[in-house]
Amino acid sequence: MNIFSRLGEFLLMIKGMFTKPEHWRMYWKELMHQCVELGIGSLGIVSIISVFIGAVSTLQTAYQFVSPIIPRSVIAQIVRDSVILEFAPTITCIVLAGVVGSKISSELGNMRVSEQIDALEIMGINTKAYLILPKIIAALITIPLLVIIAMTLGIWGGRMIGDITGILPHEIYDRGLLDAFVPYNVTFALTKAYTFAFIITAIPAYFGYNVRGGALEIGRASTTAVVTSCIMILLADYLLAAILL
Amino acid sequence: MIQVENIKKGFSNKTVIEDVSATFDTGKCNLIIGASGSGKTVLMKCLVGLLEPNAGDIIYDGTNFTQLNADHKKIMRRKIGMLFQGSALFDSMTVEQNIMFPLDMFTHQTKGEKQKRVDQVLDRVNLSEAHKKSPAELSGGMKKRVGIARAIVLNPQYLFCDEPNSGLDPQTSLVIDKLIKEITQDFNITTVVNTHDMNSVMEIGDKIIYMYQGKKEWEGSNKEIIFSKNERLNNFIFASEFLKDAKDMRMLEVKGKIQNDRDMDKLLNS
Repeated sequence: MNIFSRLGEFLLMIKGMFTKPEHWRMYWKELMHQCVELGIGSLGIVSIISVFIGAVSTLQTAYQFVSPIIPRSVIAQIVRDSVILEFAPTITCIVLAGVVGSKISSELGNMRVSEQIDALEIMGINTKAYLILPKIIAALITIPLLVIIAMTLGIWGGRMIGDITGILPHEIYDRGLLDAFVPYNVTFALTKAYTFAFIITAIPAYFGYNVRGGALEIGRASTTAVVTSCIMILLADYLLAAILL
Repeated sequence: MIQVENIKKGFSNKTVIEDVSATFDTGKCNLIIGASGSGKTVLMKCLVGLLEPNAGDIIYDGTNFTQLNADHKKIMRRKIGMLFQGSALFDSMTVEQNIMFPLDMFTHQTKGEKQKRVDQVLDRVNLSEAHKKSPAELSGGMKKRVGIARAIVLNPQYLFCDEPNSGLDPQTSLVIDKLIKEITQDFNITTVVNTHDMNSVMEIGDKIIYMYQGKKEWEGSNKEIIFSKNERLNNFIFASEFLKDAKDMRMLEVKGKIQNDRDMDKLLNS
């Protein structure tokens, strides 16, 4: 199957999701379930990564800034902007592409192979709408929130490590955070977060939903889904930066 | 009653079903039998709408299923229950939740009413104690029975069973066969069973369709099958010497040459 056939199939899948739900309450329940699975379930890994990224950014920036002419508060500015513009949305979403993407792909793939999707179809349920749409909406709700948490924790991680190591006292760090702050950067980061949220759920859902075969194919689909999602995130990252900055 | 008229189905350049016509009667167990690759699973998937036939019509009690639009097909499917080969139970749900799922999705009953219905169908399949178990905790036979319970919970008019006995021991297979037969008669529904199991053929086959290389090769009942002169059918059904002997014995029984309740000890010692 060539790339255009896949793209066509992907677009048809997206189109197929938009039908009237058979029972609103069941869809709402599934949406809430997915919010917990994708959002709360990823909170731990996102928190750990963010704190360490902030901490490492502070250390590495301080390491490179040896000139006495440059004020130390600039380190905080650089950490803040790096975390907001790139680390929090992009790195977090690349990690989530692995965690969430493989989960979605293998879950749907397993449902396909074990005929659970067929069972839902026989009942008269639109499986694209019931199984895929709640995952995408849940990601669009929770991933931007996770990115905001990642921004906060990343900046806090940098502050904490500056204090602990004595490289940058928190009074100077806090001053640096407020210097030349551009609120648009947060808007830009959230735009990226929404775009990436769609990518890391829709692409794995496509690969998982269309699995044919057995356990081996589920594994392959999962790997392809994660690799494709990561590439698409990087591509979207570049395009958004080129267009919006 | 389900009528199948000149169904054709192929994938790429390979024809899997070629011009099959058949009628599946209400209140009877209609069996589709055939060797692997004969097209019986594809035929069943066409019947329930999981596959779109290339040509032909599928008519459910006067309604042409193949010509319905997607929305009407969805409504029609609510009259259909299906037991899958691997049971297809939802892993993340308990037995009770699995059975309650169609009720939650398609009815506006109160929780008490739904619970009552779940209890009824679980009683019907003799699994009253399995409410809170997860599918992983069930044996193969129990999974099939939960699958049947889920398939009948919305009172379907049509029941499809894809190899209901695969992977089961002979005794459990009998239990499943008996259950399918009873449900068909009790609720007067049209049941279509896709099977390899020769015991099922002889026990519950009110109407049997034998598929050979994508075509309908033979049609009849379990009474007629033992007298069939169709060589392909006989080679398939009575493949072993043991089954050939069993067939001969059954023919003699039906013709009244030997007694059905014969005393084998007496015969062997005489």
